[in-house]
Amino acid sequence: MAAQPDIAAAPADGLAQAQSDARARRRRWLLLAPALLTIGLFGLFPLVITLIYSFLSPGTYGGVTWEFSTNAYTQFLFERDIFDDTLAFSTTYLNIFGRSIGLALVATIGALIIGFPTAYFIASKPPEQRNIWLFLITLPFWTNLLIRTYAVLLIIRDEGIINVSLMQIGLIDRPFGMLYTDGAVFMGLIYSYLPFMVLPLYASLEKLDFRLVEAAYDLYATRFQVLRRIIIPAARPGIIAGCILVFIPGLGAYITPELLGGGKKLMIGNLIALQFGSSRNWPFGSAAALILMVVVMAALLIYVRNAGKAGVRHG
Amino acid sequence: MADLTASRTKPVAAPSARKARRMTDLRRQPGFNAMAWGCIVFLYSPIVVLIVFSFNDNRSVVRWTEFSLRWYGEAFQNKGIRNATVISLQVASVATFFATIFATLAALATTRVRAYKGQTLAYAIINQPLMVPEIVTAVSTLALFTIIKKATGVNGIGYLMLAHTVFCIPFAYMPIRARLEDMDLTMEQAGADLYATPYQVFRRITLPLLMPGVFAGAMLAFVVSLDDIIISLLVAGPGETTLPIFILGQIRRGITPEINAVSTLLLGLSLFFVILLFWITRKRK
Repeated sequence: MAAQPDIAAAPADGLAQAQSDARARRRRWLLLAPALLTIGLFGLFPLVITLIYSFLSPGTYGGVTWEFSTNAYTQFLFERDIFDDTLAFSTTYLNIFGRSIGLALVATIGALIIGFPTAYFIASKPPEQRNIWLFLITLPFWTNLLIRTYAVLLIIRDEGIINVSLMQIGLIDRPFGMLYTDGAVFMGLIYSYLPFMVLPLYASLEKLDFRLVEAAYDLYATRFQVLRRIIIPAARPGIIAGCILVFIPGLGAYITPELLGGGKKLMIGNLIALQFGSSRNWPFGSAAALILMVVVMAALLIYVRNAGKAGVRHG
Repeated sequence: MADLTASRTKPVAAPSARKARRMTDLRRQPGFNAMAWGCIVFLYSPIVVLIVFSFNDNRSVVRWTEFSLRWYGEAFQNKGIRNATVISLQVASVATFFATIFATLAALATTRVRAYKGQTLAYAIINQPLMVPEIVTAVSTLALFTIIKKATGVNGIGYLMLAHTVFCIPFAYMPIRARLEDMDLTMEQAGADLYATPYQVFRRITLPLLMPGVFAGAMLAFVVSLDDIIISLLVAGPGETTLPIFILGQIRRGITPEINAVSTLLLGLSLFFVILLFWITRKRK
């Protein structure tokens, strides 16, 4: 509709139109230039460097030497014997990747189990109350992740409030070691990324037509049947989106395993940071970073396709 | 703690009436309410414990003795904390300044226009820092900066500010773009009809209307910069210890009550900005 007058006017003053179009285009790109250049040069370009680095050899004091090598990638699967230079299959790094994927997956499922009822509860509230609930759920996300993780550490450590209270009640007689376990990392991940699960779930459930629920009850459905046949299918796009939004940052987590896993229970994020730090193997770190990115991009692709499909269905 | 207050404030309603209401409220699913409240307790209880015990006179973070601001006093006396605070504020201010300007310009070029070639690409690039895992951004930025430092011999805190500017742009962009999309073009068209120059239209109409969005974007950028740890940790050079880096270092060495006090302050600062932001964006509705 809006474009119609333009087309009508075009034959009369086509030249002036073309000139103003060109001016608008130039203006647009000038406005975009600072943001695009900053991100392009210092956000995208570094990724290219990382890709190149992953095919080079490590320098003695960190950095790289310009010698082509695929060692960084073979190192994931094989260990080079220092004496006779033969390769032996090794699962050290595969294990770390497996652990990370496993922990991120379990945390995602945990967040879904906690987040789904919460999102449904919020969606079934009157609109004024929904905003308060959403505010309360989102608020922690905007506060410092390090400090939130530290707060978790404070309460679950051996001298923490949970252990001390349990001992005072007499339920346990010595601290129940929660810190520096996979369980602690799992809990920390859920704690950090729960808002990412609740928000998209809520967005889907908010659109749920509760008349469908009433109709189902009229047809003698049980509460469980209503949940399984009406509510969960309606929330499907939100479930997929929420799971991906929790899985991605969970997989790349650094602070959570660092503080709650005690640095011993490594995840990919710690492995990468370690290679650029004390291990001084930048090519290996670069390769690990790229592999992590590929996994994340694959997950994002699913997310985008899911969002596209959901849009078509509702629109 | 949380359980205690929950049981005390339970409303005293006739049980049969409550049960009847439960049966008729068809939206309810069993256990979902409890789960939602549990979720809030889960999200807030660690933070509440941290805040409460930062005011504890005792060194303990378990046994409450007496209210005191002792640890806040000691934190202010601590030179490391003071330096780190200054660095954090410097980095956040510079990054917020540039990120907000860049994001505003980019938002003006990507909203309220007919779809054009390259628009999707522009979106993708602006949102790129949100899509790449932070640790990957951190190490690749470190790699680039190491090359630049070696080639030019220039060192300094500018690198850290630049790294922060990059990831602050998409956060500043989001509220500014949302605000622009809510503004229709009638005001600007009216201005142009009354012979205002394009500059006058921008200065007198677009910018004042856009200002709440710009403020929201700036606050978001500031909070995100202040809270960043992973990128700062890898990119920061010696003597560029930001507050989160300092806190992480202290936690690794052992838990002290001063850290609880500083953490509470940093938490309070973020909360202040975020609540202000919610309030600003709420008012326009």
